[in-house]
Amino acid sequence: MSAPVRDGLGVGLAVGVSGIAFGTAAVTAGLSVGQSVVLSLVAFTGASQFALVGVVAGGGNVLAGAVGALLLGGRNTLYGLRLADVLGWRGGSRALAAHGVIDETTAVTLAQSGRRDARTAFAVTFGTLYVLWNATTLIGAVAVGHIGDPNALGLDAVGPAIFLALLWPRLKEGRSTLAVALLGAAIALGLTPLLPPGVPVMLAAVAALIGVTRPAGPPAPAAGDEDGDGADGTGGAAPTSGSGVRA
Amino acid sequence: MSGYMMTWMAVIATGVGCYLLKFAGLAAPRRMLDHPWISRFAMTVPVALLAALIAVQSAADGQAIDLDPARLGGVAAALAALLLRAPFLVVIAVAAATAGVLRALGIG
Repeated sequence: MSAPVRDGLGVGLAVGVSGIAFGTAAVTAGLSVGQSVVLSLVAFTGASQFALVGVVAGGGNVLAGAVGALLLGGRNTLYGLRLADVLGWRGGSRALAAHGVIDETTAVTLAQSGRRDARTAFAVTFGTLYVLWNATTLIGAVAVGHIGDPNALGLDAVGPAIFLALLWPRLKEGRSTLAVALLGAAIALGLTPLLPPGVPVMLAAVAALIGVTRPAGPPAPAAGDEDGDGADGTGGAAPTSGSGVRA
Repeated sequence: MSGYMMTWMAVIATGVGCYLLKFAGLAAPRRMLDHPWISRFAMTVPVALLAALIAVQSAADGQAIDLDPARLGGVAAALAALLLRAPFLVVIAVAAATAGVLRALGIG
């Protein structure tokens, strides 16, 4: 099995089962089983889904809850900006792929080198995660109260471990990337007690502003290159140091 | 309008809106990225967001800072595995096993 397929399947399977937690939370909050399942199918982005459900659970205005959920969805817009060059899909493929632009697919895709591997990784992660997330949302929604605490198995450590492993090659890239990561983490933790869940992660995006004005790291991919034949597309996201040779 | 219908509207609005937000990034005019600052920001922003996600998933529960020893132990074990150049799936298994064992021992 090739590395992109292995990574994609691993992440898809490990994260996909957390749909159980969402389904359970949604029905407990007062959504119907149908509403829980449709939200997973159509929104397909955990942070926004949990945000909406949290507002419903707290008895807040559900339409205001939808606005909050959309605010969180903005981080996928930022991922999309980056993935557009890496994946280089257009037309129908791009419209389909857009639905899969989330934390997990971005992390796995950017950990590959070369467009071919990046596309494979994206497709496998998206496909596995989509099927499993929706299936387990249904299971969680229907089986509320009959499922034990998944954290007993240590699953709460799996999420951060996955993102850490996927981000690892980039953290070793150089000091400026590491600084962005540490600043992002500090911003998110610092704001956590002050803002609703999800918002601190979104605001951590400002950490990426450090260094934008100085020419650091590898050159940006040819943004004007519409066909994007170019470059390996994944920028500095080579999986192992030394193999990320770029022109 | 009933609460049930309101919730359906919120579900549909959230779903459609979230898709459009994803599409907006993937289909943004490439000219926008011609500016080197914007291009560099787009290159780096996934690092900032994913690092923030790691921090929050490791050390927070909702709006509270939550330093659960079992969970932090699992993440620390993942870090150690990465430093030892363990393959991806081993890193994940080590994290889950460490957190699970610590919890079974009554820690965290």
